[in-house]
Amino acid sequence: MGFDVLLKGNNMMRLLEGVGVALKISLISVVISIVLGVVIGVLLALKRPVITAVFRAYLEIVRIMPQMVLLFIVYFGTTKALGLNLSAEAASIIVFSFWGTAEMADLVRGALAGIPVIQYEGSVSLGMNTFQTYRYVIVPQIIRRMIPLSINLITRMIKTTSLVMMIGIVEVLKVGQQIIEANRKSSPDAAFGVFATVFLLYFLACWPISMLSKYLEKKWEN
Amino acid sequence: MDFAVIQEYMPLYIEAFILTVKIGWIGIALSLVIGVAAAFVMHFKVPVLSRIAKIYVELFRNTPLLVQLFFIYFALPKIGIQMSAETCGALGLGLLGGSYMAEGFRSGMEAIPASQSESALALGMVKRQMFTSVIFPEALSLSVPAIVANVIFLLKETSVFSAISLMDLMFTAKDLIGLYYNTTEALFMLVMFYIVMLLPVSLIGSYLEKKARLATFGE
Repeated sequence: MGFDVLLKGNNMMRLLEGVGVALKISLISVVISIVLGVVIGVLLALKRPVITAVFRAYLEIVRIMPQMVLLFIVYFGTTKALGLNLSAEAASIIVFSFWGTAEMADLVRGALAGIPVIQYEGSVSLGMNTFQTYRYVIVPQIIRRMIPLSINLITRMIKTTSLVMMIGIVEVLKVGQQIIEANRKSSPDAAFGVFATVFLLYFLACWPISMLSKYLEKKWEN
Repeated sequence: MDFAVIQEYMPLYIEAFILTVKIGWIGIALSLVIGVAAAFVMHFKVPVLSRIAKIYVELFRNTPLLVQLFFIYFALPKIGIQMSAETCGALGLGLLGGSYMAEGFRSGMEAIPASQSESALALGMVKRQMFTSVIFPEALSLSVPAIVANVIFLLKETSVFSAISLMDLMFTAKDLIGLYYNTTEALFMLVMFYIVMLLPVSLIGSYLEKKARLATFGE
């Protein structure tokens, strides 16, 4: 079945290193997305028409453009248009953060809009000042709504990093292809074992995170 | 931007566009069928099948389409299952989408209050009638936002088809950039064709979401 290839030399180790590359890119992008997303989300809650209009356009671009297309634009387009020579990793982090920030900002906006006015009024009538209202009432509720959704964003980010092989980053899929090519003669069935393993590796990276997000969502429902 | 180049590339892009749209919508149709079936099986807790459906949903929701396509296109032939690239693309998209649609339908069905099915039974409907004329239409209208989001997501995912050498929009753009180095024109057309493909769906989708609030009538 071609699983034996993985035990030869350091093939399995190389595959895991490939997973590491994918995880690194997604974690950096997630951190950038969360920070920028929270800032933009709070700005949106101010309901300034100009900010809202600009963000709507930005969100719509992210909503309808495939990440692959964005990757191509940033990786191939900037070289030609701006004379910049971005590394493939930098290009993918820019694209994934651009996408993640929009998603995150929309989540923050939704969570803020979802807090009923009565919560603010209730805090004021209890004699809290603005800082206390946010510190003890609003922010804890928002965090409970946000955490499961942000965790979900991490799994989506990890899944999307599989695209970076298309602009030449050597991550787990590319390593898999290299292993198959190198062992074409000695084990012609390597493709099955290698790709089944890659499938499983992605599943093992994402599934526990999805489960955690589902669990927290249920736990904090009210 | 050189318009002569754009004119020259146009037929290539149109051909690729038709292929992308065709496989995309076949995959989406497939994902709706798989999604409804899996959601049905999970909601009514059909023995054995519901467990299989659950494993399927978790497996395909937690892996990227690109990896699924590589598995279907490169790995399955090694155990004797060989399909054309087009079939693989549609099947991969259908399986990925099915797992997302199943979750959408299932949460739609769970959101229907028990009084609906009880009333249906009290009116003398048999189980099949209860499902086809009460539960399914209500679940469908509740799942419209999820379905719309999934359709847009799946149409965007078609962009990875080029990895299994389907001559889709991405493939054409990459090919032209590699051959003639007209990067600006090739990328511009790529973006335009994706806008043509997705903007109408996005707009019709938001319209449908507003229209399909039948199940929440009276709230």
